[in-house]
This record gives sequence, structure tokens and C-alpha cells, in this order.
Amino acid sequence: MARTLTDEQGVKRYLVNLKVNGDNHTVMVKGNSLLVNVLRDELDLTGTKKGCELGDCGSCTVLLDGKPVNSCLVLAVEAEGREITTIEGVAQNDKLDKLQESFVNNAAIQCGYCTPGMVLSAKALLTRNPHPTETEVREAISGNLCRCTGYVNIVKAVMAAAEQE
Amino acid sequence: MSQEYAVIGKSVPRKDGWDKVTGKAKYTGDLKFPNMLVGKILTSPHAHARILSIDTSEAEKLPGVKAVITHEDVPSLKYGISPARWDENIFCIDKVRFVGDKVAAVAALDEETVYKALKLIKVEYETLPAVFDPFEAMREDAPLVQEEYPRNINTEIHQNFGDVDKAMAEAYYVRTDRFKGQRTYQSPIEPHSAISIWDKDKLTIYSSTQSPHYFQYYIAREFGLPMGNVRVLKTHIGGGFGGKLEPTGLEFAGAVLSKLTGRPVRMFYDREDMFAHNRGRHAQFMELTTGVDKDGKILAVHANFVMDGGAYTSLGVASAYYAGALLTIPYEFDNYKFDMYRVNTNLPACGAQRGHGHPQPRFAFESHLDNIAKELGIDPVEIRLRNARKSNTTTPNEFKVETCALTEALEKARDLSGWREKKGKLPSGRGIGIGVGSFVSGAGYPIYRTDLPQASAVIKVNEDGSEATLYSGSVDIGQGSDTVLCQMAAEAMGYVYEKMRIVSADTELAPHDFGAYASRQTLMSGAAVKQAGEEIKTQLLAIAAPALGVRAEELDCREGIIFVKANPEINRTFGEAAREFFVKKGPLVGRGVYHVPKLGGKFKGAAVGTSPAYSFAAQVAEVEIDEETGEVKIAEVWDVHDCGKVINPALLHAQVHGAFYMGMGESVWEQVLFDAKGKIINANLAEYRLPTALDMPRLHSDLVDTVEPNGPWGVKEVGEGATTPVMGCISNAITDAIGVRIDSLPLSYEKVWRASKERKRNTSGE
Repeated sequence: MARTLTDEQGVKRYLVNLKVNGDNHTVMVKGNSLLVNVLRDELDLTGTKKGCELGDCGSCTVLLDGKPVNSCLVLAVEAEGREITTIEGVAQNDKLDKLQESFVNNAAIQCGYCTPGMVLSAKALLTRNPHPTETEVREAISGNLCRCTGYVNIVKAVMAAAEQE
Repeated sequence: MSQEYAVIGKSVPRKDGWDKVTGKAKYTGDLKFPNMLVGKILTSPHAHARILSIDTSEAEKLPGVKAVITHEDVPSLKYGISPARWDENIFCIDKVRFVGDKVAAVAALDEETVYKALKLIKVEYETLPAVFDPFEAMREDAPLVQEEYPRNINTEIHQNFGDVDKAMAEAYYVRTDRFKGQRTYQSPIEPHSAISIWDKDKLTIYSSTQSPHYFQYYIAREFGLPMGNVRVLKTHIGGGFGGKLEPTGLEFAGAVLSKLTGRPVRMFYDREDMFAHNRGRHAQFMELTTGVDKDGKILAVHANFVMDGGAYTSLGVASAYYAGALLTIPYEFDNYKFDMYRVNTNLPACGAQRGHGHPQPRFAFESHLDNIAKELGIDPVEIRLRNARKSNTTTPNEFKVETCALTEALEKARDLSGWREKKGKLPSGRGIGIGVGSFVSGAGYPIYRTDLPQASAVIKVNEDGSEATLYSGSVDIGQGSDTVLCQMAAEAMGYVYEKMRIVSADTELAPHDFGAYASRQTLMSGAAVKQAGEEIKTQLLAIAAPALGVRAEELDCREGIIFVKANPEINRTFGEAAREFFVKKGPLVGRGVYHVPKLGGKFKGAAVGTSPAYSFAAQVAEVEIDEETGEVKIAEVWDVHDCGKVINPALLHAQVHGAFYMGMGESVWEQVLFDAKGKIINANLAEYRLPTALDMPRLHSDLVDTVEPNGPWGVKEVGEGATTPVMGCISNAITDAIGVRIDSLPLSYEKVWRASKERKRNTSGE
């Protein structure tokens, strides 16, 4: 159980350990603090986007123990002790992951607001299923809305990255 | 050198790809400034109500709240994006006009406090009768949304070209059809936000904007500041599609909150606010009457339209004109009449959504033309070929079209799709349809009256020639203009794309440009960039010539190498020459400017629809209908575009993909819905149904070649025009599949199911 403090207004604060992209962070959060807000506001990891705050758009997708989740639907206290991967953790030492490279090379990016979530959903797919069918790719990113690309080049980019396996 | 061009025509990767794919790209809402506050606007819960009193005292007492403002704290000067109809206030003064109208705003230390404070503001309202239907709104006894527009008629248009009555009287067949469009919303994935920093006499606003220029102009006007004291800029933009073209309460209220507190203020919309702010597509009510000869040649068209504008004008005057103006572009006919009423209702204001005013009328006309073809027994592709516009023609409303390859596009779409093998031969439940579209490559006139040029650009070469920076007021909202303009600059300079940097969309650092709307930047910003690049090249060749022992005219420069045209072995690098230039003459700078030549006729509204060039497209779609459920599956689509010279093929086809996607959503799924009191019931991304990756068909995007004399290197537009054929195309395919026409958008599963059932009942009853 996380250690707690109660502030002057009587609101309980939780001391939470978050492991994000391999780095350990200790933060004080409220019980209702969303993971997306803690990542963005406390840790300045703004690659995780906010699009709807209702779990509809997928812009805030992060990996929690390797599984894609909408971080606007996860409380920060629930993420204690879990392995969190955000888009900032995908390119190791500033070297693009093959999926990221494939997004760049296949014109799969336009405004880019959905891109972090798309990459993470696709990454989770390729980790559990390195050779997906096109339908499996479409299913895997169907929780991530994109308003620019019609998903055409995103699907192409994920398929191309899978072929490199 | 074998290829004509070294840099343009190639699918180079986007300038911002790396930053966007790694999460480094900062959007407005990601930015942080020391001491920054967060702010939000309180909106009206009523569609039409008088404001009796506003009590902010409880909100002000909440710990963490730094300022609460109402209409008493802000300028009362009305603003808007259409100069003919400035009808919005920063906050409502006497009454609210729709659910979501702006009433007050709060700045506080964090978002949670902001939301709590908004709930503590007490507004006393006296509700007034409201009107939600444009036809009811035009009745004499209807409540007035805006007192200055009698019968709520915000814009009224009556245009008449040629002799429509005579042509109709002489026609072999005259047909009238009525169609209805729906309200849709742009739904960019990035919510709007704006960070205002009012520091002494200088106001700086970071905003998710499609046009820093219009924001700067209207913000300066509202606060009585010289334009130079207002700096508007953007970082990255998460999509716009027309919904981020005009300044919002976020900029105006944020500026005041920043001035009062002396701190930066980040204002934001949540998803529900975005739907309420709207400025999405108008719902249009479209009656079309067309007379044709016995071969299906169009003789005359009468478009008689009404559009629901919502509570304010926004860009609606232009939307109303565009709705009729562009109907004359794809097909040749001489007689045309256009009547339009844009009507105010107590609903969110509509504006410019991708294809501005044109997609719904195009849906109506393409559906109408198929009805005519069916009646005359003419194949739908054939009737379009017989009427397709040709190059070097003029429309009845006096738009000059210099290049048009619609005929070639139709033939190519027909052949690629296997139209001849499929039309009339598909199994039950399947259908094939065709639609065409077109659009302006930039509006011929800016939104407000000014003699400013459409676009300008500056290129500065680094002191040692190792890099060059393009400064342009153009705006990359995701479509890739930064990339395309860097390609154009490098081509014109004889330089290398990879060494180009760009500073764009910043009213302080970049020279004037009107921004991202009306599909204008590739042609207009591109023309200015090309001129700036050529000026660099001219200066560079002049300085490089003596060392090579030739005259400057004998030299050319390509991909960073200056060489003697007659003997390319004699050469030197761009970098060396650029360094020599700097040492001898100072900064190597090129400048470019683009003015549109005077276009269009002299009648009222003649400016809307003018453009240096028009794109054209033909599109074929194949659909599958589940007759048990009405479920519509778009199976495969072939799009063939005439968009002039292509600068970046990968980005161009990506525009077609996205434009089709948006049109497809509007065809079948998307609709903003209201309850009986004017409140949106689906202001979220679960119930406002954007298609997902599972809904997209196999989509083939192809081209026909034209070289447009009015565009740099022959370019035309693609981004908006590609949305225009989609709804008509899908409508015609669904009609082919179920044997009956649905006349209202969206062509939802329920409507398809009901129409199929009705048709079967009628057929079995015969």
C-alpha cells in the first residue's frame, strides 16, 4: 500500500512509485489523479496525448506491463509497481524502433497527434504477434482514432515493420 | 542530368516525422511556461436565454482561483471571421444564443480547480423560446436569434446566369430532386488550446491555429493594439480541417486573464467544448432542378438551397456562396440559377469544414445526375463524360478554368475499377457508383478586404552554405506543407532538401501568409517560395561565375552543385559560393511574394469560388449491403485526381486517403445530434462515430497529369477537393445496390434497411 499524507484541505495524497521507460519516479498524487495527467504534468512526458479523456480516441495509449491501455482511464495509484512504457521510451538512445522508422518511411504521419498511441498499440501487437494479418493490424489499432490518414499508410507501415522480423 | 527536377516530385520523408513519431513534438497544450495558469470558459446550458445576473463571488473565493471574468471585464466590440457579419462577443452580454455560448471564464492553478470554480459561478437566466429548424426560423413569428437579421436570414443569395427559364423550357427532360445534408464536425484529434502571455504592451499567443495571420488581425482589432504588438504562433497542430481557422474565446478570454494576472494562461477546450464551439459543416437543404437534352447534356441548373447556420456567422457567408458557386465547375453548362438562405438557429455556429460548403451540394448533384441518367437510360459514367468540363473554359459564373483533365480522370477511374464489367452485373446486395468533385486551389480573395499579398517568403542561407532556412507564414496542420515548401525552396535554389530548415506560422519570425485554408498553400505559398529560391540562385550564380571563368547566364545550380551548363565537369559547390557571398556582401537572402491576379466577374458574390486553378477528381466505389441489417460496407474505392504537378507523391496520396476517410464518415456514420432543447447528445468520440481502421475499404489513389500554368511548376490543390466526390459516389453505389435512392445524409444503416424494406414491399405489391 502506498504511503499517504493528508493536505491542509483534508485531501489524501499518495506516495507512488512509477517505473516509466525503465526510470523510477516517486510522485505524490491524489486518489483521483489520472495516469495521463501525472505522466504529462509531473514527469513532462507529453508524448502521451490527451484527446477525449473518456477512453474513446486512444491518443493517451501507453503500455502497462506490455499491454496497451488508455492512460486517461487508469488512476496513477493503480500504476504503482507496473512497467509503464510511453512513446518516449520506444526509441532507445535516440535510435528509432523499426515501427517508428516504418511510420516515417511510409508517410503514416500527418498531424501526428494520434501517432504515439498508434505506435504503442502496434508495438504491443507485434510483440505478441510478430506476423499479423492485415485484419489483425486493423483490429489492434481500432481503438486509436486518426482523423488525417484514413489509416491507409498506418496499416501499411505496421505491415512493413512486421515483414522485417 | 536526366530528370527534369532534382527535389520536387519525390516522396521525401516529412520534416516533422522524427519528432512526431518519438513524442518530442510539442503541441500547444503540451507547452509549459513558468508561473502558468490554466483557464476555461463557462458556457450556457440554455439554447436561448436572457442573462439576468452573474455572481462570481463564490468562485473567486475558491483557493487556487486567480481570476474570474465576465462580459464586464472584456471589450464589448463584436468580432467574427466574416467582416460582413461581426456578431460574436467575447462573452455574451444580454443573452445566450445556443447551448455552449460563452458566459464567463476562470484562471486557476490547475485544471481541477478550474472545473470546480466554473461550477461556483452563479448565472441567473430567463429562458426564451428557441428555434432549431431553419425553415421554422424563417417564419415571421419565430424568435430572433440575432436581432439584426429579420426572419433569422443571415445571408441571402440570388444569382442568375444565362437564361435558365428559356433553357428549361427547351429541355428534353427536366427533373427536380430534393436532398438533405446533416451537421458534421471536423473532430481534429487535438483539442483546441491557446496560451496567452500578455507582457507589458506585448501580447503573445501560442495557439492551435490554421492561420496566425487572421488570429493576429482579429485579436489586435479586438484589443485596439497595433498588429505588431500581437504575436501569434503555433508549434505543432493536431489537425484542423477548417475548425481552427478563426480565433475563439480561448484566445480572447485567455489574453484578458493573462493581462489581469500578469501570468501566462493556458486555455483549453475539452472534447464536449469542441463540439459546442463547432464551426463544422452546415446542414443544407438542397433542391436541384436540371434540364437536359435527350443525350443527357446539361442545359440549365437551378440550385435552390437553405442552410442551417447556427447562432453566429462564423465563415458562413462564404460557406453559403461556395455551396452554389462551385456547382458550376465540373460540368459545362451555360444557364445557372442559385438561390440560398443561410438561416440562424439556436444551435452551435457552422463554418468551413474540408471542402467548404461544397461537399453536400456535390453529393446532391451527383445523386441528381444519376437519377437523370437512369431516367434517360444513359450509363452514369457516360453522362459525366458528355458533360465533363474541358481545359481553357469559363463557367457561367465567370470562373476561368485553364486546366481540367476530368475526362481523362473519368476514363481512368472507369477502367481501373472495372466499371463496364461490374455495372448492372453485380450480385444482389452489391453496388457500384461514381461521383466527381473539384475545388479551388486557394481562394482568389482573402477573408477580409485588404491589399496584402496572398503569400510571401524569405530564404536565408547559412553563412557557410551548409544549411538554409525558409521563413514562411504558411501553416502545417499535418498536411505536410512544411515539407512540400522545403522541397520547392530547394528545387528553386538548386539546393538539397535535407539541408533545408523551416520557420513557419509565426507572425513575428515569418513573413505574411494567410495560412492553411481553401487549399491554398501549395500553389500560393509555393509561388512565393519559388520566387525566393530563384532569387537566391540568381545571386549565387553571379558570385560564383568569375571563379569558374564564365558568365552567370552560363551556369546552373542543382542539388548543391553550381556547374557550367555546357560542361558540368566545371563546377563548384553551393556552400563555397554561399560563403563567398557572405564574406563579400553579407547575408544571402531571397525574397518572394505572390499576388493573385484579379479574378472573377462583377456580380454580387463574384469573388467566392474564384481561384487561379481548380482540381478535379473522379471516384468509383463498390459497396456491399447486408439487406437483413442495412449494414453498409464500403468494399473498394478508386480515386483518380487531376491535381497538377505533384511535389510529394506520398503526401499527396495521403491527402486523398484522409479526404476520402472524412467523406466516407459523413456519408454513412457521422452526424451531430441534438435533444429537443438544443443540447448535443453525442458530443464525444464514441457516439459521434468517426470510422475506425476496421471501416476503411481498399483504396486506390491514382492520378492524371496536368501542368497548371497558374501554379508554380504546374501545381494545383488536393487536400479539400478529394473530399468533394465521396458522398455522391457512395450515395450512387448504395442506390445501385438497393435499387432505391436515399435522399438524406448520412446514409445510415437504419435508412438503408428501411429503404430496402420499402422497396421490397412495393415490388412484391406490384
